[in-house]
Amino acid sequence: MAEAERLLGLAVIGILAGGVYGLLAVGLSLQIGVCRVLNITHGEFAMLGGVLTFTLVELGINPLVAPVIIGPILFGIGFLLQATLFKGIKVRAPSPAAFEGNALLAAFGVMYIISYIARMEFGTRALPTHYLTEGLQFLGVSIQLNLIVGFAVAAVLGIAVYLFLTRSRLGRAIRATAEDQPTAELMGVNTNTILALCFGLGALLAGIAGTLISLRSDVNTGIGFNNTIIALIVVTLGGLGSVPGSFVAGIIIGIVSMMVAGLWESVLIVPVYYAMLMILLLARPTGIFGKK
Amino acid sequence: MNITRLFATHRKSLLVGFLILLIAFVLTFPLYGGAYPTRVLIVMLMYTVLAVSWTMFSGTTGYMSLAPAAFFGTGIYSTALLQHYLPFPVIIVIAGLISFVLAFLLGLVTLRLKGIYFTIFSFGLVVFIGNTINYVEAEIFGRHGWYFEALDRTTLLYTMLGLAVVTVLAAYFISRSRLGLAMRSIGGNEEAAEHMGVNTTRIKVLTFAISAIFMGAAGVVVAPSLSYSNSGIAFSVTYSFIPIVAAVLGGMGQLHGPIIGALVFGFLEKTLKATLLTYFMLGFGIIMVVVILFLPNGLIGLVPILRDKLGGVIQKLRKGGQAEQHADT
Repeated sequence: MAEAERLLGLAVIGILAGGVYGLLAVGLSLQIGVCRVLNITHGEFAMLGGVLTFTLVELGINPLVAPVIIGPILFGIGFLLQATLFKGIKVRAPSPAAFEGNALLAAFGVMYIISYIARMEFGTRALPTHYLTEGLQFLGVSIQLNLIVGFAVAAVLGIAVYLFLTRSRLGRAIRATAEDQPTAELMGVNTNTILALCFGLGALLAGIAGTLISLRSDVNTGIGFNNTIIALIVVTLGGLGSVPGSFVAGIIIGIVSMMVAGLWESVLIVPVYYAMLMILLLARPTGIFGKK
Repeated sequence: MNITRLFATHRKSLLVGFLILLIAFVLTFPLYGGAYPTRVLIVMLMYTVLAVSWTMFSGTTGYMSLAPAAFFGTGIYSTALLQHYLPFPVIIVIAGLISFVLAFLLGLVTLRLKGIYFTIFSFGLVVFIGNTINYVEAEIFGRHGWYFEALDRTTLLYTMLGLAVVTVLAAYFISRSRLGLAMRSIGGNEEAAEHMGVNTTRIKVLTFAISAIFMGAAGVVVAPSLSYSNSGIAFSVTYSFIPIVAAVLGGMGQLHGPIIGALVFGFLEKTLKATLLTYFMLGFGIIMVVVILFLPNGLIGLVPILRDKLGGVIQKLRKGGQAEQHADT
């Protein structure tokens, strides 16, 4: 009985942690789905979010206010990256497939640039922010308050992005661009701005996810790549371009990781992720919520 | 003698001459090179093998594979498991075969995935195999990594050179065969190729598997000079990215592009990384971005540009000279 209760508690923690993965993945989903960039720099933006949160907390700013300052900076970096680098590659690429390949490689270069600039500044030590660590007793496990806050922030932002994409004029332009860029352009959409906007928004969401991660665990300059992997898995699982899909997949991944760690071995979390991903790719490459 | 015309008309013999000089240099290297330079040279040749074999499949068909580390790691592990039982050359062949079969099976199930999904999958495979082996090793056999029997470094150098030559020759002959033509047609427009009667799936799976042979073999040859390895080192994602970086740096359009890229990258990495670690990686990122943005044909893309510039300057000088002569008469 106690064991079943513990598992239920772990599942709840998994769901709460999964919300943050979902938020992280929504950003990547925008970048892949609209900009067609397999952005392996994504996790580095989350890393920047976490590391900058630590810096701001050192300066005496509340970590929950930190995204207000970090967000615009990361949005700007993302916006500029798409408006200069990826646009430049797109203009020069002979075919869409060539663009995807070259953009992946350029993103790889950017990943090195960002992570090593961060490393010069912060080294590789662990940077603890830890905020709202009071535990809430629930079903035999202690749930930290920051998990609940993280989930709430992620959920609110996720709903906001969803409404933005489905209800607003700009959101409609984004969806049109994702579907068929040349036609959207003919209809009077300034696609270059839209793409830069999406990339910036993706970076911003990654940064906020990074802040939320830093609330509950140490961050360091090396966490970027792992977050990229998680985001990539969640995006594929949820289906490209689907906001609800990303959140559902994020929560699935959250539950699975807690279950594997609780029942088995935490070393096995990553292999299990990939086993799931590979089976899914083979069975339904468009993900759970993806359109054919 | 017009130097630019020499380049244009005798390009092929110049390239072959360059490769022969390179081989002669490597063959005589143990006579005057020390221990560390020899290791650098082995790594440079290993990168050549990886980059050429990666370009063989991904460069021509446009399917970005991030799987090289999986085959490379297979090679390293073959050495680790078999080194006490079998002679070295046999292990190379076995690892090549294992990689071939692995890639063949992988290709059968994954190559119907298009674009980004194939890339994600191939990347996932590397992390999956590495982590699984790590778990099996640590939890079931209770060991952490493997030590390798040291081999004479001259032997290793020559073996790696031999492997590099075989890889380059294989890439050359494949690119000139019907198979190469079919691959390029897939890279150009897969749907059209299919309508023209190219069996795209078979071609893709076959070349993917062939290119894996050399990656696996490279893992075997480099293993003894590592002296120690574990699942994290053998299946490091870096080995998936290095061939791509080398190929992009050198230029993927022609066979000698990845060779030059791999040699340059390997040399720079091994000589600069030790002293300027952080700055090297930073500069490496910047170079990647700049090359992709401004030199889509890589370093070899520089040659025609420089040739035109140089030719222009020479012509100007000559014209200037003629004009002066006219003025004199």
